Amino acid sequence: MLNFSRWAIAAILLPLLIGVLCAVPSFLPDATVAKLPGFMQTRVNLGLDLAGGSHLLLEASTQDVAKQRLVNMEEQVRTELRRGDPRIAIGDISSRDGKLSFMVRDPAQVDAAVERIRPLTQGAGLTGQRDFNVEVVNSSTVVITPTDAGIDNAVKSAMEVATEVIRKRIDEMGTREPTIQQQGDNRIVVQVPGLQDPKALKDLLGQTAKLEFKLVDTTANPSEVAQGRAPVGSEVLPYPANPSGVPAIAVKRQVMVSGEDLTDATQGYDQNNQAIVNIRFNGSGGRKFGQVTSQNVNRPFAIILDGRVLSAPNINEPILGGSAQIAGSFTVESANQLAIALRSGKLPVALTVVEERTVGPGLGADSIRAGLIASIIAVVAVAAFMFVSYGRFGVYANIAVAINVLVILGVMGILGATLTLPGIAGFVLTIGTAVDANVLIYERIREERRRGRNVVQAIEHGYKEASRTIFEANVTHAIAGGIMLALGSGPVKGFAIVLLIGIATSVFTAVTFTRLLASRWVRAKRPTEITI
Amino acid sequence: MKLLKLVPDNTNIGFVAIRKWAFALTALLTVLAIGATAYKGLNLGVDFVGGLMIEAKFPQAVETDRVRATIGRLGVGESSLQQFGDPKTVQIRLPLPEQGGAGAANAVVEKTRNAMTAQFPGVTFSRYDTVSGKVSGELIQNGILAVVLAVVGIAIFSWLRYEWQFGVSTFVAIMHDVLMTLGFFAITQLEFDLNIVAAVLTIVGYSINDKMVIDDRIRENMRKYRKMDMKALIDLSVNETLPRTVMTSLTILLALGSLLLFGGHVLRGFTAAMMLGVIVGTYSSIYVSSSLLISLGLTPQASEKKAAKAGLAAQAERVGPRDDGARP
Repeated sequence: MLNFSRWAIAAILLPLLIGVLCAVPSFLPDATVAKLPGFMQTRVNLGLDLAGGSHLLLEASTQDVAKQRLVNMEEQVRTELRRGDPRIAIGDISSRDGKLSFMVRDPAQVDAAVERIRPLTQGAGLTGQRDFNVEVVNSSTVVITPTDAGIDNAVKSAMEVATEVIRKRIDEMGTREPTIQQQGDNRIVVQVPGLQDPKALKDLLGQTAKLEFKLVDTTANPSEVAQGRAPVGSEVLPYPANPSGVPAIAVKRQVMVSGEDLTDATQGYDQNNQAIVNIRFNGSGGRKFGQVTSQNVNRPFAIILDGRVLSAPNINEPILGGSAQIAGSFTVESANQLAIALRSGKLPVALTVVEERTVGPGLGADSIRAGLIASIIAVVAVAAFMFVSYGRFGVYANIAVAINVLVILGVMGILGATLTLPGIAGFVLTIGTAVDANVLIYERIREERRRGRNVVQAIEHGYKEASRTIFEANVTHAIAGGIMLALGSGPVKGFAIVLLIGIATSVFTAVTFTRLLASRWVRAKRPTEITI
Repeated sequence: MKLLKLVPDNTNIGFVAIRKWAFALTALLTVLAIGATAYKGLNLGVDFVGGLMIEAKFPQAVETDRVRATIGRLGVGESSLQQFGDPKTVQIRLPLPEQGGAGAANAVVEKTRNAMTAQFPGVTFSRYDTVSGKVSGELIQNGILAVVLAVVGIAIFSWLRYEWQFGVSTFVAIMHDVLMTLGFFAITQLEFDLNIVAAVLTIVGYSINDKMVIDDRIRENMRKYRKMDMKALIDLSVNETLPRTVMTSLTILLALGSLLLFGGHVLRGFTAAMMLGVIVGTYSSIYVSSSLLISLGLTPQASEKKAAKAGLAAQAERVGPRDDGARP
């Protein structure tokens, strides 16, 4: 037991050396670390509660996605049947209970209608399911029901797009090292370190930024519009800044140009020095815009953002250059925000903030300082206690604990783990428990000595017998840690990571490393008596 | 050099003899803890009930009544204020606006910030959390699930490793620890938040660690002294491991004590819970789990049977690391 081959010594010391080396970059200033080669940049990340910053949990409503899909389906059905050839007349279109249904006026055309709609559906999932089921009820009504697989697919792709859009928006804000991750089915976690005021960020993420240009329906009766009724082919949208005083306006349903045809959006000023957003269309968008504005000179059109009309200017002359301006009582800040949102594309689904945690940089710095002081005092107190209790062996244990602390930092650096405030608590606790393994061993050695074994035998037995206990005790401890890691959120996770790494490294350093130290001493001195 | 020995050699305290009294005390304390939790309830943080938590730092000491009055005028719901040691820091809790989602919560924070800045120049919000009801519901669910899974998982582990009596006694002892911690939070009304769930899980982990050490020794002694009376055997095992129990709990209390005093206010509740857990866990190792083994009818012979049933492999594994010639 006490004989170590050269290889065994190397196998013990090498991982410890690597661990300690990997801890070093965490103590160096940023500039120095940046000069190191890539594999040496193993730094512990500071969690938001230590570095300061914002954590936002955004949630998309799956119902919204399902609803939007049904609206799109309705649009497609109308286009396909009414504008197709031969034209199929339909009526009684309704989308209730998440289903779309309509009546085919001529019962003879029902089969033809179904034939035309089928290609609008797509495969969903692996089981050969479609994303919509199309069936005929009462011989003349067609019912289109979205399948669960279809909705799941739609939510999945909407979330992928939404995550990308959010990443673009946050990058555009110029924030440092944001973390954007999808979580679960319909959530996105956004973590932005060092952000003083997350209000602007939340406003930006709260915007869907769906931009549309539609013609204003000038035939609509203003009193009907005020009551929310619009002529056929038009709809009433809210228009808070309407100069007429009525906070609504009727616009044609058909979209002239939408935000998808934008290539750029920047904040600018108009001739009155009011903040506006300058936009530029791509080729086809520019052509469409030019065409519609040529045909509708002297009529107003509406600029609609997220279903609300921003402004409804008059078309004084055809707009052919492919660029336009959006006015709408902006401040410089809000115009800039809209420009960012438009540049990064629209969110396929609206997101709401369901959880937010913001920590100011001052508190974070205080916490680090307090955590550091507490750790140092804990180490000194525990080390002193170990020394007066076990003498030479206590020193071995203390060296092991010191190395252990560095190795935990090193392993966290290698894994890119994040140190949080509860993580510091985990650290301090690990210092306390790390010595437990040594205490178990030393107490066992004391016992074996009392039973009359000689020094070498007592040490050998101490390590052998205690190792089994240490293993079992730490496996159960690790079970608790593993569950925390799997189920815990945020702070609990940060704590569990330190705890688990600490359990692994402390067992290693306590059992093998101190044994190595003890064996070298025993072999060099051949003591017949030990103080332990 | 004379070394410190907190527990003298050959200490032989009759732990088991007073176990009936200890059971009565344990039962009484547990009933008290359950009663306090049921009657007074836990002071759940925004993590678990949803809402807004703002920590405000003032340039000088401030009276909470003035802060309360300032916020009361805003019409943002009933606020609850708390101070931890530092008279310059106040934690404000507000209900989340029922409608309007993220924008509304923002508006409440802004409104509070503006009013506070007007009333107390120089005040800063060092952190704030908003948690919606939906998320808080999930967090509470996950928290309960984590604790239950940890307790059950560990009980199963010790049942598979040892005899079933160990599994049961460990389970009961850990439940006792968890209930005591809850009772502590109910009585002190310290805020119970996500961090405390981590603390509870750590207490579970620590406590089990402690029990495993004693259980392991009981098992070892059961093989060593096959004819010994179970009560004497448990007394022997607890006494043999006592120096370690004292050393380890003291080192951990030393480490936690420095965290409690110097680690800053954010972790105070967490540390307090852990310190209590170390004490409760150590107590329950001796008086709940070990003593319960006797009541559950564990005998060295029962252990033999299980070893025989488990077959040669298990036998070899159990006896393997021991050097038979060295038995005293």
